[in-house]
Order: sequence, then C-alpha cells, then structure tokens
Amino acid sequence: MTALELARQIRGGERRAIDVLEEHLARVAQHEAQIHAFNLVTADEARAAAHRVDEAIARGVDPGPLAGVPLALKDNLCTRGIPTTCSSRILEGWRPPYDATVVQRVLAAGAVPIGKTNLDEFAMGSSTENSAFGPTRNPRDLSRVPGGSSGGSAAAVAADFAPLSLGSDTGGSIRQPAALCGVVGVKPTYGVVSRWGLVAFASSLDQVGPFAADVADAALLLEVIAGHDSHDSTSIPQPAPALSAQLDRGVEGLRIGRITDLPAGAAPDVVARLDAAFAALEAAGARIVDVRVPAFTYGLTAYYLIAPAEASSNLARYDGVRYGLRVPAADTNAMYAATREAGFGAEVKRRIMLGTYALSAGYYDAYYGKALKVRRRIADDFARAYEQVDALLTPTSPTEAFPLGDKTADPYTMYLCDTYTIPSNLAGHPAMSVPFGTGAAGLPVGVQVLAPTLGEPVMFRVAAALERSMAGVGGAR
Amino acid sequence: MTDGLPEGWELVVGLEVHVELATRTKLFSGSPNRFGDDPNVHIDPVTLGLPGALPVLNRQAVELAMRIGLALHCTVQRCTFHRKNYFYPDLPKAYQISQYDQPLNVDGDLALPDGTRIGIERAHLEEDTGKSTHLGGAGGRIHGSDASLIDFNRAGVPLVEIVSRPDLRTAEQARQYVTELRAVLVAIGASDAKMEEGSMRVDANVSVRRFGEPLGTRCEIKNVNSVRSLGRAIDYEARRQVDLLLDGNSVRQETRHWSEADGRTHTLRTKEDADDYRYFLEPDLVPVDPDPAWIDRLRRELPMLPAQRRQRLAEATALAPYDDAVAVIVERGQDDYALEAIGLGGEPGRVAVHVQQGFAEQGPRPAAPASALAALTRLEVGGALTATQAKVVLGDLLERGGGDPAAIAAERGFEALDHAELDAMVDAAIAAQPEAWAKFAAGEAKAGGALVGAVMKASGGKADGKAVTAALQKRRDSALG
Repeated sequence: MTALELARQIRGGERRAIDVLEEHLARVAQHEAQIHAFNLVTADEARAAAHRVDEAIARGVDPGPLAGVPLALKDNLCTRGIPTTCSSRILEGWRPPYDATVVQRVLAAGAVPIGKTNLDEFAMGSSTENSAFGPTRNPRDLSRVPGGSSGGSAAAVAADFAPLSLGSDTGGSIRQPAALCGVVGVKPTYGVVSRWGLVAFASSLDQVGPFAADVADAALLLEVIAGHDSHDSTSIPQPAPALSAQLDRGVEGLRIGRITDLPAGAAPDVVARLDAAFAALEAAGARIVDVRVPAFTYGLTAYYLIAPAEASSNLARYDGVRYGLRVPAADTNAMYAATREAGFGAEVKRRIMLGTYALSAGYYDAYYGKALKVRRRIADDFARAYEQVDALLTPTSPTEAFPLGDKTADPYTMYLCDTYTIPSNLAGHPAMSVPFGTGAAGLPVGVQVLAPTLGEPVMFRVAAALERSMAGVGGAR
Repeated sequence: MTDGLPEGWELVVGLEVHVELATRTKLFSGSPNRFGDDPNVHIDPVTLGLPGALPVLNRQAVELAMRIGLALHCTVQRCTFHRKNYFYPDLPKAYQISQYDQPLNVDGDLALPDGTRIGIERAHLEEDTGKSTHLGGAGGRIHGSDASLIDFNRAGVPLVEIVSRPDLRTAEQARQYVTELRAVLVAIGASDAKMEEGSMRVDANVSVRRFGEPLGTRCEIKNVNSVRSLGRAIDYEARRQVDLLLDGNSVRQETRHWSEADGRTHTLRTKEDADDYRYFLEPDLVPVDPDPAWIDRLRRELPMLPAQRRQRLAEATALAPYDDAVAVIVERGQDDYALEAIGLGGEPGRVAVHVQQGFAEQGPRPAAPASALAALTRLEVGGALTATQAKVVLGDLLERGGGDPAAIAAERGFEALDHAELDAMVDAAIAAQPEAWAKFAAGEAKAGGALVGAVMKASGGKADGKAVTAALQKRRDSALG
C-alpha cells in the first residue's frame, strides 16, 4: 500500500499507526535475515512514535501528512541518541546528540522511523558491499546487489519493510539503487534539502532524497523534507516546491531531450527500455529533441577527483579521540594510525589517499583544479541543452542489478555504474530514477529524468507520465 | 631609535596579527564567545566538528571584520572561505575555515604616530582553534609530553588576521604598529586585543638585507606575548641573521619560536617540513558579498580613530600629537573629558598635565566633572594654588566625585602666601644654610634645592616650588648686580 493511502487511512481513523507498524515489523522479522537492509531496527522507538500518532489522532490532532507511515533512514543521517554508523567501524558506539534536519521534519510530519539502513561505508560505493557490517541483498534477486550506496534504503522499500525511506546521493547513490531495486529514487537540486545532520562524504555534491514505491509517494516525502534550513548555509532560501499538484498535468507540449553524445556502456536491454520511455512520452504528447551535452562524458573522471578531495578533508576528523572507535596504542600517533587502520575499509582508504593527492601542492592544478573546470563545463553544457528542452532522459544504471562480488575486485568497473548519474551532482541539478520495466535478466530497469536547477516540478511531471504509461501496459506494480 | 644592526644593513619586518573578535557567539555556531570560563563548556556539534554538523557564518563577526577593514582603509570586497587542512588535536574538524585567495579586506594602511604609513596587505576572517595544554615533558610542547588537555571553548572563536606589508624597518616601528593597531581595534569595538590573554597574537616575519638589495630570506617568529617581547625578538632575530650572513652562511626559511626565558629564537619547523594545507573552497559555506549600502553604513558608524583623537587633543593643548601626555590621555579614552574641561575654560596645559598624571585610575568618565577640573586649573594659573596644592585638591575632587575646588582649598587651609610671608621664609632659609646659599650664589643650581626644600617645609606646602626658586634667583641676581 502506498504511503499516501496509509496516511489517509490513519489520519481518517480507519487504521491505527501501531497496527500498520507491526505489519511492517513482521515483514522485517521474516525477510531481514536474507536481505540485511538494516544496520539497526529501532522497534521500541518506532512503537513509541506510532503510539504518539495514535494518541494525537484520538485527541483530534492531525499528526501530519506522513501520519503513521513507517520510514527507513540511511545510516548516515544523524539520529539523536540512536547509533549512526555510516556502516563504518570508525563510528562504533557513537550516538549523535542531535537529529538531522530531515529526521526532524519526517518526525514532525508524523512518520514512524523504523531503523537505520545499510550503506557502502561513508556512502562510497555502488553496491552496498563496502559496508563494515556485510552487504545488503537485492530483494528482487537475493544473489544480486541492491546498488549503492543507499542500497539498504532502496531494499527496504523494495521489500516493503517501509513504504518510504531516505537516502543520500553524491554521485548516484539514491538513483542507481532505486533503479536496481525497482523503486523511485530522487536526488533533489543541491540546496533544496538540508544537509544538517547528514554525515558528509563530498559536501558540494551530497544531497538527501526520498525512496518510494511510486512517484506520488516520492513527491509527498520530498515535499516534507525540502525547504530552507538556517542550519545549512547552502540551503536554498525557498519553501519546499509543490510537487504533488504537478503529477496529473501530463507532458503535452514538453520538450524532452535525448543526449546524442551520451557515453557508451549501457547494456542493450537498458537502451531498449530508454527508447521505450522516449516513445511513451512522445505518445503522451511530448516532443523528443536531440541535444548534445559534450562534457557529460568527463563527469566520471572529474567526480573521482572532486569527491575524494572533499572526502579526504571531511574524514580527517575521525581520529579516535572525541567519539567513535579508539584502538589503544603506545602513544597518540600510534593510536591515530591503529584506529584508522582498523576503522576504515579499503575503499574509504583508497579515496582518502586519492583525494589527498589530488589536492596536494604541485598536483592541485593538474587534478583538482582541472576537475573543477570540467565541472563548470558540464554545468555550461547542460545549460545550453536546457535552452532547447525542459528535461532530459538517460539510463539510470548501465545494467540491471549485478551479482554480489561481480565488481569488487576492480574498483574502476564499479565506478562506471555511476556514469549516467554523476553529471547531475556535479551540476547541482535534480534527477530521479523511475522504474520502467525489466531487462534481459527480468530485473528492474530504471529510466533517469534530469531537469535544470529547481526543475523538480517538470521532472516529477515527466516521471509521473512514465509511470502512467507503464500502468497502461500493465507493467506497474 | 636604532635597530642595532651594523652599518649598511637594513631590517625588514612584516607582522601577522590575529585578533579575537568581540562577538557574542562563535564564528560558525551559537556557542558563547567567552574567555576564562571552565574548560569545554562553550561547545556544540559545530564547535566539536561532530559528523553532520555544518557551519553558519556569524553576521556580527563579518560586521566587526568589515569595521577593521574600513578603519585600516582597506577595500572591502566579495569574499570566499577555504578549508586549510592540517591535523592537530586542538583542531576538531582537522581543517580550519579561513580565507585564502579572496579575503574580505585588502590593500589598506595604518599610520604610525609619526605619520609613517605601513601597508596592510589583507585582513581576513577565520576561526580560532582549541587550546592545548601539554603536561609533562619539556617546555610545554606536545613532543615528549605525558598527556595533552584540550579546551574547545576557544575553538571556533572568530579571528581576524591582519597581515602587514614588509614596511617596518625597526623593532621600535613594529612596537608602535602593534600599539597603534591595538588602539584602533579597541576604539572600534572589534576586540579587546589583549596580548596577555591571547586575544591579540603577533607573529613577525623578519629578514635583513644590505641597503638597496632585494628582500632577504625571512623567518617567521612565533610565541611573542607582549609588545616588549616583540621588540626583543625582532632585534635578536635580525642580529642572528646578520651574523649568519656576515659569516658567509645563508638564512634558512623557517618558523622560529621566541623563548622569553633565554631571549633567543629557536627553530620550530623548517620550510621542508611545513604542512601542505591543501586549501580548497569550503563547500559548506557560500561567498559573502557585502553590498555597498552595508559598507557605507559601517563606514559612517566608525567612531573617531586614535590618530584623529590625538590630533584633536594636540591642537587644543598646543602639544605635539606624539607627545606622551596626548598619547596616554587618548589611550585611556579621556580625551573627550580633557577637551570638555578646556572648553569650560580650563587652562589647556594644566588640564593635560592633571589628566595624564592624576587620572591613571580613572576611566573615560572620571569621577569629578570636567567643570571642576577647569575651575581647578583656573585657580592654579591665577596663583591661588600651587601645583602641589592643586594635586591635593584634585585628589579630593576625584574622591568626592566633584565639588568646588576653591572651597576644598579653603578647607585644606590652602591660601596663597603673600609676598612678604614668602620673602621672610626665604630670608630665614638663607640665614639657616649660609653654605648652601654661597654655593647657589656662585652658580651651583643644585645647591638651591636645599633652600627651596626648607622654604616648602616652613610653608607647610603652601609655597609654590617655582615661586621659591624664582625668589632665590632674584636675590642672587640682585646680589650680583
């Protein structure tokens, strides 16, 4: 059942929040051992929250638009008094003294957080295999990855552990797992959702966003978490966009761009689904326009300089002194080294070293400096494309979900998973993945809708039209 | 003032001055900006660099920093923040948020009291670190210590770093620069600028060269904790560098630590092991672009600066702007008071003397009204009170919070001696000390002191020292004549 429908029933007194919660917790109890979507299920806190919702309704107080809706939180979102690990040993035992802004907002809207979901350590990865606590498995096929880094949040929605979840997206970490798990995932415009309380990976790219089973639920959750926050200086000083009202407007007259110089690498079945998506939008009245975004193809390399550079700075604070893991050693310097050696996984160490190198004196201009220029070029190229079109369509992931262990030996092949998602982060633009049928292995394929800065309304219109077209051919869930 | 270098050598100094801004809260969080409380009470997720915490820029800090820029005649411009990455236990994020290639204030100057203009390269905003205390080991340094205590109360306190151009040529100029800068910062309310409490910290870049040659290799001197130490450290360092060069060695670019104990500078770190700060644009903050209306308002609101105040008082008292009395009165903020006393008919010279000498314990608003001081100086110049008596009356005025100086003088029994009384006392003194008189009459001015002292004693303080000396001289002159 959708979050919208659940909230409607709970607000209307047809069902109690506690009953809805117990149904979901029962599903977790049944399947979580196979899937491992969660680092922590907070059943007690969830029951208390559900009771508060039911009591409010009994008193005639409306708990809000997410009244009683179970919701999963990526474990890099700070939760007051509840462990927040980033799936890293380095944060072992740390309980944040505050809630992330998005957590405050979902609580204020009546949602019932049920746990903290697994991720690639510090959100660095595309398969959720880089977790210190073991991988998450794809609910559609347990031998395959759910994507990453927000694999736990995507899997939680796909397995119906919760109708909604929150993830974070630095280079595709919401959209790619959404595509691989067959759910909707949205990376909003940079600055639309507060980053206060999101443990930083690459601060200029990180953005929190929703997962949901359908476009309307994703719109609902984004409306709740978006809007200016004075605790985040990069937060755009605007209220949350009205998205739900856009969904039924259709795409008649919209210009949808097909990027002719898109980097190669998408599997034929994925390309076939993309073509079908263009056809569906055209059938719904949109005009398909060929455009070029030449710098798109350089996004991946620029990203793997910029994101590690920022990460090397953001992660230098984890030293075993003030919070988290501390491995005792003979002296302080040895303690730092032993703590980091034991606390960070291989991918995190690799990116810290990459980023430190890219920023170093003598290398800055050739690496980080050049990557910044590429970043500007990408934004410029997108801007030119958006003079001709209202939104762009690309694949989300080059392939369907791949088997566990398939890409862990070669980091570069793993990095290629984010070829199509990274440019939106570099440009700060919104993008979302919508399930659009299945591929050769019968697993979900997502189509990515891209829009210019603050283009969420048009992006959701397009996404809703794609979803409707699937319902029309009986392909929707 | 000589810089003590051998003939033909020139000292070149640039100063980097860090001042803590007198804001209510920290630069990027709502924790109080307060010195002297128990350790680690002014902390929060931002101050501690907890995961997920984000900085939000303090507008009051920007305003105070802009005021500093305007007072130093800088261009106030659009600016950005950078991360300066280095790892140290008292830096909780492992980077300091600072300004790099686009600082808030650039291209200003500060005039020394004699009018010499010292260029200001930049004055930028940054956050302070926590405070480390290293226990055990030697010299309070981290290496070899048994334990380190860290107080994060200071972490995130707003600082402005004011970087001068290498325009200073003597240790005395460096001292004057710091003294003048401090006066400006206090006057505009930007900082209490106390070197002893660490709210003003001075690092000196020192190099030497033969006159006319290009700039030499510089060393940065740290741990200078007073204006006096600054002068000593610069003089020592300059001499050290000249000696090196005279011996055919070269100066190595390095950071040196001034040791108060042995009066020397010691190598702290060389250029080779200097940190690579890996500066990059701080992604958690946005640029600050002060609009012209904001800058204009702050410019209009700037109070009168010390140099202007000294000029004003100098003109009113006919003293030089760099006269000690003028400097001291302005430094204490008592120039408005002195000018008021002069405006009310006080004798300018006597007003300056009394405020300089008798008001050290008084603040900008002394206990006695300016009208009382004015009246006092009128009694003095009218001959009704001697300088000594005036001092006593002034003490009473300050103690009582005002009053009529003439009435106080009367209470004290301070009546001017008439000439006949004075003459009689002078005669008596000469008669009592014929040898002293003989020496004085023979031209030994010092010998007069004993005679004057005797008259003062006999008068019970009523006699004016100058008048007695004048009377003695008159006798001598007429005796010679």
